[in-house]
Amino acid sequence: MDDLFVRITTRMILPFIQIYGLYVIIHGHLSPGGAFSGGSIFAASIVLYTLAYGLKPGQKRLPHHISSKIETGGILFFILIGLIGVALGYTFLTNQEAGFPMGEIGRVLSAGLIPVVTFALGLKVMSTVVTLFHTMMEEE
Amino acid sequence: MRKIFTFIMLGGLLVVLLSSISELPPMGNGDNPSFNEISEYYIDEGVEDTHAPNLITAIITDYRAFDTLGEATVLFTGIAAVVSLIGITHHSKNKEDEEDDLHG
Repeated sequence: MDDLFVRITTRMILPFIQIYGLYVIIHGHLSPGGAFSGGSIFAASIVLYTLAYGLKPGQKRLPHHISSKIETGGILFFILIGLIGVALGYTFLTNQEAGFPMGEIGRVLSAGLIPVVTFALGLKVMSTVVTLFHTMMEEE
Repeated sequence: MRKIFTFIMLGGLLVVLLSSISELPPMGNGDNPSFNEISEYYIDEGVEDTHAPNLITAIITDYRAFDTLGEATVLFTGIAAVVSLIGITHHSKNKEDEEDDLHG
């Protein structure tokens, strides 16, 4: 899309979309939202960048080898966090009994493994949506 | 013949589904089987168990975290299927379309 207004508006609102996506991911255990919605919002910013500036700069913003590493790394991190509970003698993905620091209710850094898992899942959802969009853009 | 068979099969499925809709319990009724002790336990003890005020996140990433791992695997499988069907062309190899690089 070769349009000056779209490009300048995209460049202006891009950091706000990304900060809002990260906010929804990080505050997933406190406010409405979570990994899937926050990751989709973050991915929408990169999709918007690709639509406004073309496929090449969009792929330069998030190359395929990096997004595939984020994707596999997110799910492996999820499984490794779950295996901590197994290593300490509890079931898979145990939260409070396995000794994760629970913190004070209502803080960002609380609730044990929930923010960690939410962050990994959000990054994974983001890279999934972006990779799907870039792959389908390459096809046409 | 095949069309008639398909029509009869779909019509029978429609009759079964429509007749089972009328047997569903009314929405929001307190006697529904979905209102059992599990939801009461989540509402009463969820914040104490997980220290997360958002009960939905507490359920999907703590109580039902294994199910969420399955959802992540569904995403992974979906993107693996799309990439294997459509394919990834690595743009670092073909230098000739570098001029449509619309940066800035």
